Amino acid sequence: MDTSRSYLEPSSFSKKMAAAIIIVYAVITLIPISWMVMTSFKNVDSAISYPPEVLFEPSLEGYVNLFTNRSRQSQEYLDSLPPPENWYEELVRSREMVITGPSKFLGRYSNSMIIGFGSTFASVFLGALAAYAFSRFRVPLKDDLLFFILSTRMFPPIAVAVPIFIMYRKLGLGDTHLGMIILYTVVNLSLAVWLLKGFMDEIPKEYEEAAMIDGYSRLQAFFKVVLPQAMTGIAATAIFCMIFSWNEYAFAVLLTQFNAQTAPPFIPTIIGEGGLDWPAIGAGTTLFLLPVMIFTIILRKHLLRGITFGAVRK
Amino acid sequence: MSQIKIVNLQKSFGDFTAVKNSNLTINDKEFFVLLGPSGCGKTTTLRMIAGLELPTSGEIFLGDEEVGMLRASERDIAFVFQLFALYPHMNVRNNLSFPLKMQGYKKNDIKNRVEEAAKLLRIDHILNSNISSLSGGDRQRVALGRALVRRPKAFLMDEPLGTLDAEFRELMCLELKKLHLDIGATTVYVTHDQLEAMSLADRIAVMDGGEILQADEPNIIYNKPKTKFVASFIGSPGMNFFEVNEGISKDQSFINIEGAKFDIPKQLEESKGSKNFFGIRPENLTLNNNEGLKGSVFGVEYLGSRKIITVKTILGEIKVKTDISVDVKLNENVQVKPSNNNIIIFDGETDKSLNSDFIK
Repeated sequence: MDTSRSYLEPSSFSKKMAAAIIIVYAVITLIPISWMVMTSFKNVDSAISYPPEVLFEPSLEGYVNLFTNRSRQSQEYLDSLPPPENWYEELVRSREMVITGPSKFLGRYSNSMIIGFGSTFASVFLGALAAYAFSRFRVPLKDDLLFFILSTRMFPPIAVAVPIFIMYRKLGLGDTHLGMIILYTVVNLSLAVWLLKGFMDEIPKEYEEAAMIDGYSRLQAFFKVVLPQAMTGIAATAIFCMIFSWNEYAFAVLLTQFNAQTAPPFIPTIIGEGGLDWPAIGAGTTLFLLPVMIFTIILRKHLLRGITFGAVRK
Repeated sequence: MSQIKIVNLQKSFGDFTAVKNSNLTINDKEFFVLLGPSGCGKTTTLRMIAGLELPTSGEIFLGDEEVGMLRASERDIAFVFQLFALYPHMNVRNNLSFPLKMQGYKKNDIKNRVEEAAKLLRIDHILNSNISSLSGGDRQRVALGRALVRRPKAFLMDEPLGTLDAEFRELMCLELKKLHLDIGATTVYVTHDQLEAMSLADRIAVMDGGEILQADEPNIIYNKPKTKFVASFIGSPGMNFFEVNEGISKDQSFINIEGAKFDIPKQLEESKGSKNFFGIRPENLTLNNNEGLKGSVFGVEYLGSRKIITVKTILGEIKVKTDISVDVKLNENVQVKPSNNNIIIFDGETDKSLNSDFIK
């Protein structure tokens, strides 16, 4: 009998099985994403060719189309123009078009950034304060309040779309960054409070007490001692909040049009000539994925770190 | 450095009274230990002095100032926690300078004071280490250092050696005592370990059920306990007690227990009821073959230089601490004789010791 390993350790066969399952799962999840990234690098023709092309000649047409507005011109007019100044003008002209200006994508994209990060920051900040209070203080009706906070997530947010639409119009919050930040913060806050309360409960109260004895006020102790130790929870909460507000589509369609429109309602409206401009949509979606991905990768090291790193002996 | 005085201090949590109407004066530069079993209110008392709990009623004086309702940050005291509570996201140096930063010291001053404290505690070689990489003893030193750098009016310590291994504990106990002698700071130290209390304290207050039963020097607490609880809690093993089913009158100097007559120190007051207790420490009993209470040897424990012999008598089990040379076998018939001078009579109704020639 093989006694070289402990019974608690999985056998090499089950390890291999686990690896195989993960690989299969990863491939299945990655197919649509890689197809989208591939589409963004195809030209308009190969994007819709049938049978679909797996190997293709890469082109930046999608990205050019995403960032520019173009108009079709006659060959004579194109011939009368001076030679193209750069590669993307050349690319556009080869399609018998000229660039008429930048598209709205960059504006929509930065709206998404402002609203996404703004509401994430607000949710985590307010959530951390509320979670700390729920975790440490004797709040009257604490359990009822916590349940009440959670109950805001017991229906799909879009169920209250109509009242919110009317309220926002009356308050002048429709199609504003502030309005969207407030809305997403309200939706995320209950999640943030619940998640963070769990993490705050894990932090021994001796840390704040030590800081308060060292001459700090409770609020200072919260920022200097409690928050750094709640980083794991804050990172996890921030990622969840960010993903929600970054991806949110329904309210964005309903409440924003020009000024504060985010990328999700904008990307599907990219219409090319004679059909949808799939490479441009692919390019938009690919770029749209990046911030959340980078955000998650940056915060990942906090997710992996232990909460108290063993400074308290239990 | 300052005197600490608590006056009629009381703390209730809902219906539960954790600390009952307590009065204490802790002198300047004194090492004062609050000793008692868990749940006796010693930690609550300490936390009220620190400002981590607010008293339900009563006053706390730090020096001449009444601080009962002040925030912890406004009291200028240092607290060493049982679990150390070192900030895990900072290294040792930052942990030590954390209290100084708040007080607005210049960078250079902070550096000097941190290094001075580190040298005193012999942690100067680990100033740049992470907290998580430190051993229990080093963490303890860092926690002390963080208290030390501020030069506070008083040090409060809540079972700071409680989580250390036995070996480290003894070492740190010695270091604490030496440190206290070096800096002479008023220290209030909470523990449930009577040996720790005995070896560290200038004075000890024994608490039980939220009350301070006796506050005095260790040898007085040991030899002349004021209540039956103090007598049984202090000492290892604790005091032997026998029931006396008769009232004690003034000037009485002997006592009858189960037909045997014992001389006792002359009593200076009479008992309230007719059921009392006769108490004597194990080391004040001797074994012999011709006088005293008859019994048989029930158990023998070796403590290195001493032996504890348990004798079964008609009064119950009696523990006798003897010299190692005393040689008895299990079930051997022996007689136990108390030394007359060290007997204490406890009043059965109040649990308090009765005044006598021995204990006044």
